Amino acid sequence: MNTTATPSTRSRYTGVAIGFHWLLALMIIVSFSVGWYMSDLSMSPTRLKLFNWHKWAGITILALSALRLVWRLTHRPPPDVPGPRWQQRMAHLTHWALYALFFLVPLAGWAYSSAAGFPVVWFGVLPLPDFVSADKALAEVMKERHEVLAWTLGVLVLLHIGAALKHHFFDRDGLIHRMRPGR
Amino acid sequence: MSALTRSVVLAVPLLLSSSLALAQAQQVIPAQSEIGFTSKQMGVPVDGKFRKWDAQISFDPKKPEAGSVSFRIDTGSAGFGSPETDAEVPKAAWFNAAKFPQATFQSSSMKALGGGKFEVAGKLTIKGNVKDVVVPVTLAQAGGVTTATGAFAIKRLDFKIGEGEWADTSMVANDVQVKFKLAVTGVAPL
Repeated sequence: MNTTATPSTRSRYTGVAIGFHWLLALMIIVSFSVGWYMSDLSMSPTRLKLFNWHKWAGITILALSALRLVWRLTHRPPPDVPGPRWQQRMAHLTHWALYALFFLVPLAGWAYSSAAGFPVVWFGVLPLPDFVSADKALAEVMKERHEVLAWTLGVLVLLHIGAALKHHFFDRDGLIHRMRPGR
Repeated sequence: MSALTRSVVLAVPLLLSSSLALAQAQQVIPAQSEIGFTSKQMGVPVDGKFRKWDAQISFDPKKPEAGSVSFRIDTGSAGFGSPETDAEVPKAAWFNAAKFPQATFQSSSMKALGGGKFEVAGKLTIKGNVKDVVVPVTLAQAGGVTTATGAFAIKRLDFKIGEGEWADTSMVANDVQVKFKLAVTGVAPL
């Protein structure tokens, strides 16, 4: 089952990789939207709830992304479809940038929360450590970093979706079937 | 000098110094003191502090039953270090600082438990609600400064702190831990 020794001859991603992709895509899109909406709310029980759900989702995304990365490093994806080299390089670059952001965005958010004086308690039951101490100035910095990184992720996701659709409707190379759920 | 005169001469400075010790005002050192509290928001412990308060203390370790302590706390001065949360605190649903600018504590009795531990009973008044509380206090002395520390739990809904939409205790827990550290000068040796 281990396909790291030779380039993959599969034409599709593994079921596990496909599962990770769609689950995390959904979680990331929802978390981004909730984050965007909630940041403008004035203090209320709703704001408190949304902030906590957003943090729980973020930590879950962080944990799942770690598992996903391990899977990715041990299971070669299908080979690139034929095409211009610069496009293949762009695709790889974008994918690795996305992976980096899957970690940087929630880590920045976690640091922001700790610096703001709110320890993260996963699902309200598992207290997570504060890697930074409460510090107003640091909280301001981490808040901005979290926002900038999240928006960068958003832009790359749109680029990623756009490229997938381009392959499907313009190149008509069947690329997106490799990530289609099911057999 | 007769024996009587000698004993009077010896006794006077002793009497003077002990009464001076009692008459010496007991002062709280604000820079080394604090009154804080911890509440739980959806499982997340959040620490707050009152930035403005004063205390009157009269305490003789040899006669704790005769001692008394009272606090006046500025309810609008509660801070969590987070601007959004701090702005909420003085509002009507929370401390309603406009109508109830001060929370007070007045002791009614003090009891020594031995080993530097004391028990102070009194009335805590917040937002017009009065509740009896018993506060355990531990005293430690070093270099002329007596430090009193202690903690006790209150139920915020007993004082209507967090009303209306905020009465939901799954959002903000009912139990709030109040912690204090008071550095006091002028207290006789324990």
